[in-house]
Amino acid sequence: MIGFSLWDILRNLLLALRWTVALSLLSFLLGGTLGMALLFMGNARSRLLRKLIRVYIEVFQGTPLLMQLFLVFFGLALFGMEVPAWLAASLALTFWSASFLAEIWRGCVASIVSGQWEASACLAMSHFQQMRYIILPQALRIAIAPTVGFGVQIIKATAVTSIIGFIELSKAGTIITNATFEPFTVFGLVGLIYFLLCWPLSKYSQFLERKCNVAHRH
Amino acid sequence: MSYQFDFYSVLDYAEVLQQGILMTIRLTVIGAGAGVALGIFGAWARTQGPAWLKPIVSAYVEVIRNTPFLVQLFFIFFGLPGIGVQITELHAAMLAMVINLGAYSTEIIRAGVAATARGQIEAGLSLSMTHLQVFRHIILRPALQKVWPALSSQIVIVMLGSSVCSQIAVEELSFAANFIQSRNFRAFEAYFVSTLIYLAMAILLRQLLRYIGQRFVVQRRTAVSTRAVAILSGGQA
Repeated sequence: MIGFSLWDILRNLLLALRWTVALSLLSFLLGGTLGMALLFMGNARSRLLRKLIRVYIEVFQGTPLLMQLFLVFFGLALFGMEVPAWLAASLALTFWSASFLAEIWRGCVASIVSGQWEASACLAMSHFQQMRYIILPQALRIAIAPTVGFGVQIIKATAVTSIIGFIELSKAGTIITNATFEPFTVFGLVGLIYFLLCWPLSKYSQFLERKCNVAHRH
Repeated sequence: MSYQFDFYSVLDYAEVLQQGILMTIRLTVIGAGAGVALGIFGAWARTQGPAWLKPIVSAYVEVIRNTPFLVQLFFIFFGLPGIGVQITELHAAMLAMVINLGAYSTEIIRAGVAATARGQIEAGLSLSMTHLQVFRHIILRPALQKVWPALSSQIVIVMLGSSVCSQIAVEELSFAANFIQSRNFRAFEAYFVSTLIYLAMAILLRQLLRYIGQRFVVQRRTAVSTRAVAILSGGQA
C-alpha cells in the first residue's frame, strides 16, 4: 500500500490552489468590467434598459450560483459546443459577480449628493462625463472597501465550481480524500488554505473601510 | 441550433420537485431559526460575555466567514466521522447551515448592538437591571430593528447556498433537479425549472422576512415598553 505523508497532501493542495486563485482573479476582472458596464447602463435614460438591468441583478442574486453553473454548462452544450469546466466556471462566476459588483457600486454612486450631479449638469457635461470626472472619482473612495470585501466572496464562490468538475482547491481535496481516506486532515487543510487566502483580504477590507471613511466620522 | 426543448418531461417529475422544495424549506427554516438564535448569543458573548468567551467567538466568526460553505459542509460530513463522530447527511447539512448563518448573524447583530447609545445601557443599569436584562430589553430589540434588512438578505443567501447540500446527498431542490436530469436526460430543462423555483422562493422569502420584520421586530411594542423606551432615551422615542 502506498502511504501519503502530510507533505504529499499539502503539496497537491497547493498545486490546485493556483486554479482557485486564477479563477478568482479572472472572474473578478471580467465581473468587474461587466459590472461597470451594468452600472453605466443602469443609470441610462432608457427606462427599458434600466428595467432590464434590475431584472438581471434580481435573477443572478436570487438564484443559487450552483444552478447558474449548471445552466451555463448544459446551456452552452445545447449549441453543440464542447464546454470545458473552466469555461463554464469562469462565465458563470463572471455573470454572478457582475450582478453583485454592479449593485455595490450603484449604492456608492447613489451616496454621492445630488448637488454634484446638478452642478456638473449645469456645466453642460454629458452623462458619461459626469460619471467619469465628477461622480466616479468620489464614489471610488467609498467603493474600494466593499469591493475588496467582495473579493473574499468570489474566492469562496469558486469552491462551488468543483461540483461541475473544475479541479481547484476543493475538488483536489475531494480527490485526495478518495486516495488517502483521511477526510478530517484533508478538509481541515483545505479550510485552512482558504482561510489563509481570505482572512488577510477581509482584514484589509476592514482597514480600508476605517481609512477611507475618515471624512464621514465625527 | 436544432435542439427541441421539452419542459413537459420535467413537469412529469413534479412530485420529486415538490419533495425537493419541501426539503429546501425545511433546511432554511431550521438554519435560519437556530442560526439567528446562535447569532444573538454570539453578539451577546462578543459584547458582554465573559472575557474567556470573546476570543473563542471571534475566532469562530472569522474562520466561518473566511472559508467556503461547501468546505464546511464536507468537513462536517466527511471529516467528523474520520475522528469517530457519526452524523447523517441531513444532520450534517443542518449543522453546517446553522454554524454558517450563526457566524454571519453574530457579526450582523453585533453591529446593531454596537450602535446602542451608551446612555441607554447606563440608564438601564441605574434602574438596577442586570446586564442580561439590559441586553434583552434595551439593547437587543433596537439592534435587531436596525440590522433586520442585512439579516434578511443573509438568510436569503443561506437559502440559496443550501443548493450545495445536494453534494452530500441531501434530497433538496438541486438534488431533485439532478435526479430528474439523470432520468430523462433533459439537463438544461431540469436545471432551468429548478432555477426558476429558486428565484420564486428567494422573492417570497424576502417578502416573508419583510413581513416578519414589520410585524414582530419593529412594531411589537407594548404600551409599557414604549413608555420605558421613551423615558430611557430622554423622550426621543
